[in-house]
Amino acid sequence: MTNNSTAILDAAARFRREMGDNLHDKLTEAIYADAGQIAARAVSSGEQSNGVNFGQFFDRLVTSRWFGFPLMILLLTVVFWLTIAGANIPSAMLGELLQGTVYNLLHDFASSLNAPWWLSGFLIDGVYLATAWVVSVMLPPMAIFFPLFTLLEDLGYLPRVAFNLDRLFKRAGAHGKQALTMMMGYGCNAAGVVSTRIIDSPRERLIAIITNNFAICNGRWGTLILIGAIFIGSTAPPALASLIAATSVVAIAILGVIFTLLVSAFLSKTWLKGEASSFSLELPPYRPPQIWQTLYKSIVDRTLIVLKRAVLMAAPAGAVIWLMSNVNIGEASVAAHLVSFLNPFGLLLGLNGVILVAYIVAIPANEIVVPTILMLTLNMAKSGLAQTGVMSGIDDDLQIRQVLTEMGGWTLLTGVNLMLFSLLHNPCSTTIWTIWQETKSLKWTTVATLLPVVLGIAVCFLTASVARLTGLI
Amino acid sequence: MSAHAETLNQCGSCASSCHHTAQLTKLGLKIRNWDYTVALAGNPNTGKSTIFNQLTGLHQHVGNWAGKTVTRAEGAFTLNGKKYKLVDLPGTYSLLSTSVDEEIARDFVLFGQPDVTVIVADATRLERNLNLVLQVLEITDRAVVALNLIDEAERNNLTVDERALARDLGVPVVPMAARRGAGVKELLNAIEMVASGQFSARPHRIKYADERLETAVETLAEQLRVEFDNLPNARWVALRLLEGDENIINAIETRTLGKVKEAGAFPSLVESEAR
Repeated sequence: MTNNSTAILDAAARFRREMGDNLHDKLTEAIYADAGQIAARAVSSGEQSNGVNFGQFFDRLVTSRWFGFPLMILLLTVVFWLTIAGANIPSAMLGELLQGTVYNLLHDFASSLNAPWWLSGFLIDGVYLATAWVVSVMLPPMAIFFPLFTLLEDLGYLPRVAFNLDRLFKRAGAHGKQALTMMMGYGCNAAGVVSTRIIDSPRERLIAIITNNFAICNGRWGTLILIGAIFIGSTAPPALASLIAATSVVAIAILGVIFTLLVSAFLSKTWLKGEASSFSLELPPYRPPQIWQTLYKSIVDRTLIVLKRAVLMAAPAGAVIWLMSNVNIGEASVAAHLVSFLNPFGLLLGLNGVILVAYIVAIPANEIVVPTILMLTLNMAKSGLAQTGVMSGIDDDLQIRQVLTEMGGWTLLTGVNLMLFSLLHNPCSTTIWTIWQETKSLKWTTVATLLPVVLGIAVCFLTASVARLTGLI
Repeated sequence: MSAHAETLNQCGSCASSCHHTAQLTKLGLKIRNWDYTVALAGNPNTGKSTIFNQLTGLHQHVGNWAGKTVTRAEGAFTLNGKKYKLVDLPGTYSLLSTSVDEEIARDFVLFGQPDVTVIVADATRLERNLNLVLQVLEITDRAVVALNLIDEAERNNLTVDERALARDLGVPVVPMAARRGAGVKELLNAIEMVASGQFSARPHRIKYADERLETAVETLAEQLRVEFDNLPNARWVALRLLEGDENIINAIETRTLGKVKEAGAFPSLVESEAR
């Protein structure tokens, strides 16, 4: 610090003493007074309509103590019900095309070229199949879910949800704006973590960063919707299947909110002690959504971007899985060693070794969890058998269910616990990197990474134990 | 009858807008060798990102909520042969506050020295929006007020006299309905006038009743200008200093005053400093 800057600071301090403490108030008052005068001169309001103001009426309804939460849950359920019921048929058609027709054509083509088995296996059964799986499993639900969700956002519903949640966050000792960062997390946790910049206090910002992972992101909705449909939905009579499946996905989302609140409360009572600061939340006006623009944007900006990321991750993951399944150490393949090593622990948690390996492979992107599980399950079941035709013919939910239950030995508990683990596990590598970028703290990055996995292991162990003790499985 | 009038009106606006779009090229992310920097500031949820997209042809995500944009987004367009870099700043209610997103907006307007600052104001909540407008006008006189959401104001039976407003503020005021693209060419026109210096502003200055305050501000501002090599907006920095703003005090101690902090994934501020 130079002498001159010291002199400036000293002078400032002297002036400040002379003028007293209320300078900030004086300044603010001067600005407000001028703004008020200018606005009064420029704005004239015509006759106000006597009719009911729909905006205000709606606001009272959606933010009311009694109707706010039920309405929110109802809306979410409808969105997921439309997604699950609507995605079924296109998913099956895409599956038939990509894993059926195109897959067989590729193999025919390869054998007509006399390609060696390892080359066609690596490229077709590895890289191509993983990619095809991701597209057929993820594209239809995303193409329905994202436009619906974006429509809710455009309408101005999300800030109302945040308004409803604000009270709960305050009680948990967290910042009300955390509800908004959670909303961003429902798209992408990395974006959610960046959006915590709207929170002033470092304490509350850290809480928001650590708990953002409990907001289910783009990459995980697909897993939840699929598993909810084939394991939970199928327990209900066919007419109700989609609705029950949707309810199970909503239940997981709500559980995520509960975990957000509990962990926030825990953090603000232990490592990150402090009072919640107050803020004002602006409820934007209801704006008529621009349907076509919304459709275009949610397809181009969200669906295709998420799909692109998934495909980019799926191709190398497919290669890795194929290699793991076909490179042998001693008697068994690398994948078999790994799966059987993790299997006892997996079963203890009501999951299995394949699921745990899939979650390790899927650290770069949650999108590829289900395809990885399917490929590994099939490869495990067929190891020793011929590798050709590994996955041809699995093209709808029913067959996926068959593969998992008959070859993978899955039960209802496995399905439920996979949904729970999908909510409660480490953030993807992009999010971890973003947390590091935002906090620059090894300690908090580690906490944010490990805390959800530890919780996931505990919760899964608990449900598995309860299921075993009560004899449900 | 009214339908007829509307058709006529549409033809009229098409003719003139076609004339203008002929000279507007949306450049998206191709930001290089710009002639002018334009900053987009304003309260949250007033349509900054919508206007940003209209001008650059980019698809910044637009949300209907406060706090959607927390980083700076940048894009470019050319108008009548001049190249403009457009910077979309996070929404902020005030330049006097402390959260990271608001700091990004404040630092850029203060030290990024944009050639034009477009302040987007919500016509349905003019009084509150004017608080920010007045604060920005304290810092720079190269400003344009985009009076957005004029259609929503009309629906609420509010009429805003933009000429009275322009007279009071001393800078151009452009009524807009950005979601429909209305007012975009007028905004471009105003930006061009201010950037090229054809329009000379006589911006509104906040009246401080206290005379001691005026003396204190001028004394400190003079010292700051000497110490920090013709620091722009020295008066504003002096005011913040008088208020005891920790960030500003810190910046003076560490001699980083006037440097724009790097924040977000848009590294091009390095270029803007080099420029």
